[in-house]
Amino acid sequence: MSFNPNDGFLYGLTAVVIVIVIAQSVFFLARAMRRARQLGISSATLKNTVLSSAVFTIAPSVAILLGVIALSKALGFPFPWLRLSVIGALTYETTAAASAASAIGLDLSQLIDDPKAFTTIAWVMTLGIIPGPILVPLIGKKIESGVAKIGKGDLKWNEYFMAGLFLGMISAFLGVVFADVTKGIVGWIPVFVMIISALLMALCGAIHKITQKKWITDYALPISMLGAMALAIPLTSFITAAAGGAA
Amino acid sequence: MMKERSYRDSVHFWGAIWDLSVLAVLILVPVALCIRYEAWPEIGGVIQGFIGVAPIFWTVGCIEVVTYVPMLGTGGSYLGFITGNLTNLKVPCALSAMENADVQANSEEGEVISTIAIAVSAITCTAVIALGVLLLKQIEPFLNSPTLQPAFDNILPALFGGLAVVYVSKNWKIALAPMVFMIALFILVPSLAGSVGVLVPVGAAIAIAAARILYKAGKLD
Repeated sequence: MSFNPNDGFLYGLTAVVIVIVIAQSVFFLARAMRRARQLGISSATLKNTVLSSAVFTIAPSVAILLGVIALSKALGFPFPWLRLSVIGALTYETTAAASAASAIGLDLSQLIDDPKAFTTIAWVMTLGIIPGPILVPLIGKKIESGVAKIGKGDLKWNEYFMAGLFLGMISAFLGVVFADVTKGIVGWIPVFVMIISALLMALCGAIHKITQKKWITDYALPISMLGAMALAIPLTSFITAAAGGAA
Repeated sequence: MMKERSYRDSVHFWGAIWDLSVLAVLILVPVALCIRYEAWPEIGGVIQGFIGVAPIFWTVGCIEVVTYVPMLGTGGSYLGFITGNLTNLKVPCALSAMENADVQANSEEGEVISTIAIAVSAITCTAVIALGVLLLKQIEPFLNSPTLQPAFDNILPALFGGLAVVYVSKNWKIALAPMVFMIALFILVPSLAGSVGVLVPVGAAIAIAAARILYKAGKLD
């Protein structure tokens, strides 16, 4: 049977899965909204949460879209679209697809038009990322009970414990930004971008203190992220040129 | 108190049903492809490809559950682990939303704000990707422009730089030890960059240990 990774059947499957996951999101959103109102959370807070989350999501989503485009050269559009809209992560899907392709003597530089090769890759991408959705229903409740016990008797310690958890994650991702610094000045670009983002966030904080406008803190993260991404363009160009000149 | 239990229990109930159902649908996708195109894969290829990714990604998957469930809360976790892109999107989005709403991560208020942020993020992300694919011909030259490449190459430093200011400024004493450790580790062993997910609980363990020591010594008040 002839095979095209951009076949209508694949688009149909993708549409079905995406609709189901959107339905799940809407289901949880509606329940959380209802509960938030019962808890007395103000409409303004809820509106800000919705708007700032949507705005914050746009730039990372464009990066994910780039991942879909990159994978589409080998796997067509619908399958990467499905994987990256639903369960996958940018880092995982490319690695999994490349690992499966190499196991059958192929690479991702050209369109996979052999259906057996395509299904092999599809199976590896599917099986490689299932622990999360299985483990959350299995042990999620136990983890929550464990964390609840930690803070039961001592609310202050509970607060520091959670701060430690967040800071541990943030530290790991700040540390990884320094991974290329031994490669010379070009390897420092991510560090400079991170510093720019931090400075923009601090600036938003200062403006908020002066103006007392709440919306500034609500949108501070998208502002600092997009600002730093935008400034990464001239910064990279300047540093690359300087490094080239020095060489 | 009774109400809180019933809300969380109902989220667990519906969350398990949704997650396991979506997982079943996701597994049915390759099954449907095999049937439709009469092309069952070679078991050897699947096993070899799977061995290439499972040791790292299954480990990271397990670690993410233990690390992110307390941060995202019940509804946020069920939704986040199905809609994916946790580290680069859903977790920072939820943390930022809880910070802006001034709610604690493991309170019920934090639980609902995190769930709302992740649900909105999932819907927005799906819409952006769908629009991008549908309008691809028009936007591809823009997206693939070499001029814009540095912006997309630096999305994680741009994201975590801003996020760090919020959390580090509030708890810099706790942040010091894990940050120094992680920066030194990645400078000394840059190849670990690909396994950053595995190092998240190491950072968390160092931060929690530092917090405990400082707290017991009365240095955090």
